[in-house]
Amino acid sequence: MTPVTRAALVLGLAFLYAPILVLVAYSFNASSLVTVWGGFSTRWYGVLFADEPLIAATWVSFRVAVLSSLIATVLGTLAALALERHGRFRGRFLFTGLVYGPMVMPEVMIGLSLLLMFIGIGFDRGLATLVVAHATFCTGFVAVVVAARLRGLDPTLEEAAADLGAGPLRVLLTVTLPLLAPAVVAGALLAFALSLDDLVIASFVSGPGSTTLPMRLYSRVRLGVNPEINAASTLLIALVGVAVLAASWLTARRGGTG
Amino acid sequence: MAAETRLRLEALTKRFGAHAAVDAVDLALEPGEFFCLLGPSGCGKSTLLRMIAGFEAPTSGRVVLGEADITGLPPHRRPVNMMFQSYALFPHMSVAANVGYGLKGLGRGAAAARVAELLRLVRLDGFDARRPDTLSGGQRQRVALARALAREPRLLLLDEPLGALDRGLREETQGELRAVQRRLGTSFVVVTHDPEEAMMLADRIGVMDRGRLVQVGAPADLYRRPASRFVAGLLGDVNLIPGRLGPAEADGTRVVATAHGPVRAAGPADPLAEGAEVVVAVRPESLALGAEGLPVTVADATFLGDRVRRLLRLPDGTPLRASGPPGEGGAQPVGAETRAGFAPDAAVILPA
Repeated sequence: MTPVTRAALVLGLAFLYAPILVLVAYSFNASSLVTVWGGFSTRWYGVLFADEPLIAATWVSFRVAVLSSLIATVLGTLAALALERHGRFRGRFLFTGLVYGPMVMPEVMIGLSLLLMFIGIGFDRGLATLVVAHATFCTGFVAVVVAARLRGLDPTLEEAAADLGAGPLRVLLTVTLPLLAPAVVAGALLAFALSLDDLVIASFVSGPGSTTLPMRLYSRVRLGVNPEINAASTLLIALVGVAVLAASWLTARRGGTG
Repeated sequence: MAAETRLRLEALTKRFGAHAAVDAVDLALEPGEFFCLLGPSGCGKSTLLRMIAGFEAPTSGRVVLGEADITGLPPHRRPVNMMFQSYALFPHMSVAANVGYGLKGLGRGAAAARVAELLRLVRLDGFDARRPDTLSGGQRQRVALARALAREPRLLLLDEPLGALDRGLREETQGELRAVQRRLGTSFVVVTHDPEEAMMLADRIGVMDRGRLVQVGAPADLYRRPASRFVAGLLGDVNLIPGRLGPAEADGTRVVATAHGPVRAAGPADPLAEGAEVVVAVRPESLALGAEGLPVTVADATFLGDRVRRLLRLPDGTPLRASGPPGEGGAQPVGAETRAGFAPDAAVILPA
């Protein structure tokens, strides 16, 4: 690496991660002013764990993330199987667009359209609408991860199972899914992280009593930042980071079952 | 039971768009036969095998096993099993679970006994708990064979069974495959692009070229009496000498007038008119140097221990290859002018 490329790399990484590092560092600030360093302290983590509304929001976010990532994992895996293992069925192009569409659509549009739909069918907003909304936009991500692994999976393994007398369901349960397991888990973790992260869509579809953690943090920040927000954000970053790292480790691992 | 089973293919065809991958193939297999489909890659032999296994639906034609038309049956309902070229062992299962995968209908005890019996058959007893990725290539191949035999198929399909093995292992495995096949009496159909593999294994070989089955016969017959230049070249080294066909003789041979003199060879399988353009196909080992035959110059000689390979040239420069025992023609150094002849029944006349 030449000095120039090294400098470019450092600058690039700093551009991406310096703000996050500052945020994490200031979460250990003893002072109650965010921008003035008052020495090292974990006092704001103590404040955080005593903050009832924030704990409640965390609990909402966690339940939404678990439920929506479960639904998205099932639907996304089924979508990937349909796309990769069922050849050229009628409407395949349309189906591909429908599965991957929510990934590229602006979140504001997804949020707004879901809100209009929930109002239109008279569905009360709350935890359930959050779960449905998050499952909707996470399904595509799970499908992408699972489909990638499915493409790399030797189809003769499934043919061999069928050749040995296994019907389509037994092939799926005993051969395809066990071999896909790392990708399915990776997709689930990714969906979990995305759901935990989401602010925009949640703002549209949540109801009273179902405020998520990112929503609560955002509304606090509008009233003025204090290091407690930094502490909460640091924990959120850690959780999402672990989920994403685990997902990429599972995806990168070859074979994964040997 | 297996001894009554015959496989019959009737005008079996598979088209991908306008291209016919398999073109109206008719074939009848004898019970207990070891049959080999031989052809270069892309000739349709794998597609043909996949249609017998049920992985490809034929565009037209029928697959008949015994008395039953199995053309429309999905793979898991066919009494046919396949050993895949990549072996396709399930990486997340033990050797025993792989071999026993097809034995779901049996009780637990009966299935375990059958797995043990199969592992003994392929000399892998004691490997039950091992994972496929801890086995050598030859061991994996034997697990794949045991797994494919587990359901006592009436017909076993093998896709390039020796392709992934190195030379020493190939010869050993080839012997084992033959032994297993003879012991069980199951019909085997092997697909390969390797003529040596085909001749080592098969009772009969069917040669495929561009989707068509061009010649079927015992290995020795195909080698000695190919019906076309394609088959002659596929099964081994061959010299092709062009000429014009003379009249039919009483003993079944015919004279061909070449540019360097007349030669006599076994008549063509297809009736050809006198004066037609033909080639005489002679294997290098049938070409002997001596007082008779076509005038040649020895251009090169290579000593190979058990034989000597010589490159000869006809007066117009056309190369001929001859190979024979080292003692024979020893007095023919490079540059010597001599004659190359062959017995009429060791050569065959083919359409040009």
